[in-house]
Amino acid sequence: MNTQSYMPVEPGVGMEENFLSLDDILLAHERLPIRIECAFPRLGFLDKSSDTQDIPEGTKMELPLWLSKGLYERKRRVLSVELPKVYREGWRTVFNADPNVVDLHKMGPYYYGLGSQMLHFDSPENPEVAQTLLQTFIGRFRRTMDSSQNAYNEDTSALVERLDCLEKALFRSGQSGLNGFQGWEKGQASQLTASSLVLNYRKRKMTDVQH
Amino acid sequence: FFKCLHDNEAKSEGRAELIPSIKLRHCCLLRNQRCLTAYLYDRLLRIRALRWEYGSVLPANVRFHMCAEEVQWFSQYKKSLASFMRSLGAGEGLDITQDMKPPKSLYIEVRCLKDHGEFEIDDGTVILLKKNSQHFLPRWKCEQLIRQGVLEHVMS
Repeated sequence: MNTQSYMPVEPGVGMEENFLSLDDILLAHERLPIRIECAFPRLGFLDKSSDTQDIPEGTKMELPLWLSKGLYERKRRVLSVELPKVYREGWRTVFNADPNVVDLHKMGPYYYGLGSQMLHFDSPENPEVAQTLLQTFIGRFRRTMDSSQNAYNEDTSALVERLDCLEKALFRSGQSGLNGFQGWEKGQASQLTASSLVLNYRKRKMTDVQH
Repeated sequence: FFKCLHDNEAKSEGRAELIPSIKLRHCCLLRNQRCLTAYLYDRLLRIRALRWEYGSVLPANVRFHMCAEEVQWFSQYKKSLASFMRSLGAGEGLDITQDMKPPKSLYIEVRCLKDHGEFEIDDGTVILLKKNSQHFLPRWKCEQLIRQGVLEHVMS
């Protein structure tokens, strides 16, 4: 439903997540490399490689973000989170050199979101990570904005495939603004239309009948 | 789940080493709760949009997919919206679900997309809405039918 009346909960800004945002929930599903600092009794079944009944100290595992955030404590008793590859020194120099070259969709579709959440884990490289995230966004923003405002009525898949989710949302809103303006110029703004819900439902009904 | 309860009892007996496992299971429960709440909330947002897009009477197939509580929520939302609309316009009421796009004229040209039977307008004349027939009708009567896909607004 992409009408004006359906306003889904948007993802949170910066280091905060929105509890009810579906985008944030999907983001929190991304896996991070973790080193366990204290033993977890009776949860051995979570670690597929070992057969013990408990998870001993020092095990390296991959846990999803929601679990890591929930278990992490500042006093460092429980977990230590390593930065994923994309946020480390090597990739940071690539981003600083030229942010436009990188395929952010492949580097984890939630580059900015996950990067902002990583700042919760008190790694010593946090200021550099934050700086890189910001600079990458600034570097790529101009191109995204330009392409979204100038690609009218064409196939935009080549433009969009290298963008991460945040940039895709920006691109979509740019496109809808452009389409709205062009529609207004053509005089389509005063034309009453059927609701998109009805149109979608009719399309679906046709395919049902054909089966 | 039962392992969780068992461990909780052990915790109250004072065995502190089980706390990480309890915490982990608690995180899982919270995660499930978050996913379910977000799903149900999103459904409500879509149902609310239905009132604005489709009108106050939902088609039977849409209502079929809603659970009893959602139907109840919809009727209460309808009532709140109706009482709000009645309170606007100095006690006379104003239908804010009409005229979603600024109107340019009082009467509009419409074409019928499917058979809808007879349709009565304010001065009493009855119009037969047959497929592909074209009519010149007052805007406020047609808006609902256009949104439902029965009529099509024809621009000259």
